Amino acid sequence: MAISKEEVIHIAKLACLNLSEQEIEGYTKDMQEILEFANMINDVNTEGLNETIAANEKCNVLRKDEVRNFGNRELLLQNAPSQDEGMFRIPKVLN
Amino acid sequence: MKLYEYTVHELVEMLEKGEVTSEEITRSYFERIKEKDDQVKAYVSLLEDEAIAKAKKVDEDRKAGKPVSKFAGIPIGIKDNMCITGTKTTCSSKMLENFVAPYDATVIEKLNKEDMVYLGKLNMDEFAMGGSTERSAFFQTKNPWDLERVPGGSSGGSAAAVAAEMAPWTLGSDTGGSIRQPASLCGVVGLKPTYGLVSRYGLVAFASSLDQIGPITKDVTDAAMLLNLIAGHDEKDSTSIDLGEKDYTKALVNDVKGMRIGLPKEYLGEGINEEVREAILAVAKKYEEMGAIVEDCSFEVGQYATSVYYIIACAEASSNLGRFDGIRYGYRSENYDNLKDIYKNSRSEGFGVEVKRRIMLGTYVLSSGYYDAYYKKAQKVRTVIKNSYDELFGKYDLLLTPTSPTTAFKIGEKSNNPLEMYLADICTVPVNIGGLPGMSIPCGLDSKGMPIGFQLLAKAFDEEKIIQAAYSYEQNSNFRENKPTFKGGNS
Repeated sequence: MAISKEEVIHIAKLACLNLSEQEIEGYTKDMQEILEFANMINDVNTEGLNETIAANEKCNVLRKDEVRNFGNRELLLQNAPSQDEGMFRIPKVLN
Repeated sequence: MKLYEYTVHELVEMLEKGEVTSEEITRSYFERIKEKDDQVKAYVSLLEDEAIAKAKKVDEDRKAGKPVSKFAGIPIGIKDNMCITGTKTTCSSKMLENFVAPYDATVIEKLNKEDMVYLGKLNMDEFAMGGSTERSAFFQTKNPWDLERVPGGSSGGSAAAVAAEMAPWTLGSDTGGSIRQPASLCGVVGLKPTYGLVSRYGLVAFASSLDQIGPITKDVTDAAMLLNLIAGHDEKDSTSIDLGEKDYTKALVNDVKGMRIGLPKEYLGEGINEEVREAILAVAKKYEEMGAIVEDCSFEVGQYATSVYYIIACAEASSNLGRFDGIRYGYRSENYDNLKDIYKNSRSEGFGVEVKRRIMLGTYVLSSGYYDAYYKKAQKVRTVIKNSYDELFGKYDLLLTPTSPTTAFKIGEKSNNPLEMYLADICTVPVNIGGLPGMSIPCGLDSKGMPIGFQLLAKAFDEEKIIQAAYSYEQNSNFRENKPTFKGGNS
């Protein structure tokens, strides 16, 4: 199942990326090659096996879900590309 | 002997005896950085003023007889994907070029408690995606043993800095080999702890079911000491396990008698450089002479690990990197009319070519129609790989393999072929798939004078066995008599 250029354009849209014509060509070729290689996993018999979703079974060591205030709004906002009155500033969403 | 030439355990002893001050040690490193980093280019940013001030403070406390911790005033370098409050954490990406961390990573909190001194932040492949540090958005770090060659990656800056003695030790992160492979290529020790041993809170996430933080050091003793400092449960990382107090330096015992070491034949055949193979067989022989029981074994499903790795790692990366949208932090494009354009243009302009390639791959394998064929299937093959490891560690205490199929390659040699670059990870990725601990230890130089490393693996949370065997090898060999030559390059 070789990936087509149209699929690459669709995937870029899902991934929220603008790709140039050249990038689309390049990624189509790369992804075809990498996925063709990755297809070898179909040779492995996995009948009756569960998926491993994490590396150790003891994962998810839970704690109480308590609200804790970070307390320093300035520090958190300092990295915002655009801010106003302690809020993140974005273009108008509703007309 | 210059101060920067000592190991950390030697420096600690000298500090305790009052033979040297932290300020002298710290200044020695900055002098060394000024002398060598123009060539090596390991550091993305230096924290000189803060470091000297901290060192002076520790010296005053020590002089005044105040209680200080064992590692107070010892310098360290940090990979630039771990947050230190008030300093830039760039991930070597245009996306985070101006990001100032508002909080400390848990590992940094732990080092702060020791009053350690941060020399600076170290270069890496962008978002830790790569094996050569050629994917840094800023500049290429060079291998101190040959400046025309890569230092490995993604923790290339962390490994090159230790090799060039521009830091006594550093922290790196390892998702598919990013601590061990650069350690091997630079002739230093690198340890990827078991998944769950070290908290990742404050480490910029790449692939959350694989990422681990670990030490890169001059020798095994330092690695055990640094592991002591960073290991432990943290409620801010729900995958981190509480094992109680452990002292890994207790495993620094020169004795491998009766240890069972498996030598998987798949990592000594096709695709492994002849000189690397010879070096690994020599290590196996050495272990036999030292009293270990070395046996050939097979890890056939290992051949599928690279495929499984790139499917899972890219899938998780595409999800983790979804947070970069140009709104709350990170790069924002100047070119937009609406919200959707901010997202799209900021991501397209802020991420580099390899990061976008992996986001694309990850989005594809998670997309409707391909999820079962790729992602779900890869997760099942992951179970097969884990089962195979379980079986092997029923028979053996340790597995011995090369860390990298080749020694350091030339800059530019593989950068145009992503698949070839991915295959440079064949010896290291299975370990992350299994969540196991692995260490790379230097064991010789090839005919070009480039370091070769061997890798020891153990079952989950059995770091002590690795440390004991690695320490025993080190005590019976003399790699550290070799020093990087800084050959090649223009200066």
